[in-house]
Amino acid sequence: MGPRSRSGDLWSGLALAGLGAYILFAARRWDYMTEEGPGAGFFPMWYGGVMLVLSLVLVAGAVVKPGRHAQVAWKDVSRALVAWVAFVACIALMPVFGFVISFALLAAFIVKVMCAEKLRTAILVAVIGSAGFYALFEWALDLSLPKGMLF
Amino acid sequence: MDILSGMLNGFQVALTAQNLMMCVVGVVLGTVIGVLPGLGPPATIAMLLPLTMKLDPTGAMIMLAGIYYGAKYGGSTTSILLNVPGESSSVVTCIDGYQMARKGRAGAALGMAAISSFIAGTFGVVALMLVAPPLAKMSLAFSAPEYFALMVLGLAMVVLLSGESLVKALLAMLVGLWIASMGTDLFSATSRFTFDRVELLGGIDFIIVAIGVFAVGEVLGSLEPSKPADMLPVPKGFRNLLPTWEDMKKCRFAFVNGSLVGFLIGILPGAGSTIASFMSYGIEKAVSKHPEEFGHGAIEGVAAPEGANNAETGGALVPLLTLGIPGSGTTAILLAALVLWGFKPGPLFIQDSPQLFWGLVASMYIGNVLLLILNLPLVAVFAQLLKLPAYMMYPLILGVSIVGVYTSSNSMFQLGLLCGFGLLGYLMRKLDYPTAPLVLGLVLGDSMERALRQSLMMSAGDISILFRPIPSVLLGIAALLLAVPLFKRFNSVRVQVVDREA
Repeated sequence: MGPRSRSGDLWSGLALAGLGAYILFAARRWDYMTEEGPGAGFFPMWYGGVMLVLSLVLVAGAVVKPGRHAQVAWKDVSRALVAWVAFVACIALMPVFGFVISFALLAAFIVKVMCAEKLRTAILVAVIGSAGFYALFEWALDLSLPKGMLF
Repeated sequence: MDILSGMLNGFQVALTAQNLMMCVVGVVLGTVIGVLPGLGPPATIAMLLPLTMKLDPTGAMIMLAGIYYGAKYGGSTTSILLNVPGESSSVVTCIDGYQMARKGRAGAALGMAAISSFIAGTFGVVALMLVAPPLAKMSLAFSAPEYFALMVLGLAMVVLLSGESLVKALLAMLVGLWIASMGTDLFSATSRFTFDRVELLGGIDFIIVAIGVFAVGEVLGSLEPSKPADMLPVPKGFRNLLPTWEDMKKCRFAFVNGSLVGFLIGILPGAGSTIASFMSYGIEKAVSKHPEEFGHGAIEGVAAPEGANNAETGGALVPLLTLGIPGSGTTAILLAALVLWGFKPGPLFIQDSPQLFWGLVASMYIGNVLLLILNLPLVAVFAQLLKLPAYMMYPLILGVSIVGVYTSSNSMFQLGLLCGFGLLGYLMRKLDYPTAPLVLGLVLGDSMERALRQSLMMSAGDISILFRPIPSVLLGIAALLLAVPLFKRFNSVRVQVVDREA
């Protein structure tokens, strides 16, 4: 993988250029100017245009001088991405298992897998954490936690 | 209501049992998160904000403000004992504070940090009390074009000082503006960027973005491998935490310097407490009779920056409360909190909500006294928090984030958005995109668009309305600020300042 393909500036610049183009495209469907004054498309048209130009400047910089820009260390990123997937899975499981069980699973995963602690510690943190959240929010503060089909 | 009767009223509000308790909770929580590296005031305030919706707004605001300034007291503890700043504003305290600790003077350094924070923090509150009411009266003359120009200037300053790359800071701000314009357009009832989702018709709740970017993004970043630092011991006994009379005499100028520089820098949007602390440190070193001692454990090198970062709080609240313009990520969240509770920060805020304004100011006097009491004898207790294993913190932060978002909306869709913004926050950190411009763009985007469109409606589309005296001066300054990177000499100063912040 060459430095250009690893450049965070290049990829983020391209993504933002896509977003800028989308904003411009979407804003075209709305009024730019009406009899009363600027319409719904006025403001997005301007910031979308500026976003497109600036992101292309970023891309051009990354292409012309690839070494000078942010390089992503994918090894470090992979750990964070695994944690993020676990977080997403926890939220996806909530309609079925509810907050208490889904959060316990997430806590156990982070402690055991991400932080490489003992299984006993992971279970302890998961159980105490879930029970603590339930006691604090459901009982003490009278705030509702996400409920699932099972809990 | 004049200042004296306002303050009397404020103390009546702040000294009720409930508000006093909220102040204690806020400053203790603030100290705790200040001590813990990695968890900052924006993340904590964002996570707790939804949970304060059932509380009395004055009490809730007193607590959130307590977290904001309390964190600055706590941040010095890790700087001195670990050489790791608990908050970015305590970075400069590492230089001389850690050297003092290595020489066996940790107690004096911790004590001086608390005393200086108290003196300058109190000065900041006095200055806020004196400056805010006349500034609010002055800004009553502002209408839509002036507000639009003021917001552009605020955003330009934040963008200028937020990251090494101005292009990335601008892009982050533009993404914030885009998120702000999602939902139903209030002028024409047109749905914008809703992707045919009913849930997006009301726009994206600021809380979801703030919690995702600050709290979830922070946890994801912290899960990357890092080397733990060794902690120096806290001296036992209260007497060992008190600086000597000689130390106090040495720091006379540092107290004044930190107070003035901190407050003045605080008023400027974007500059923030880190820059205030570096500036006061630089001034202290420049005027010192013994500049060679700086970097080797000079006690003035602890007093000046710690004072500045606490005085900055009072300064930062001036534009927030009187103009409705926040200058940093944390004050942007405080602005969102005020708006969620139904208040309108701006020129009429003090007049319309005297209980909240004066109650908050009075609570800050009380909070500073509480923090001095907490941070002198109890510093050893707070230092023990550094032994708290990280594996307990990560699930806790993620859990509070989920509950915070869910309780504010009762919607699984919003939790899905939280996942997205968490990833965005992490990627922004990873790719060196500053997060403050995004948050400010999001908070100000709606008001900015409204002010611009109202201005152009007033003038029937004639853009020259933005070139009336006040807006043209403000927009001119904003344009000059954004042109700084074009001048090598000025840009190198800007990059140095940003590097220090990072």
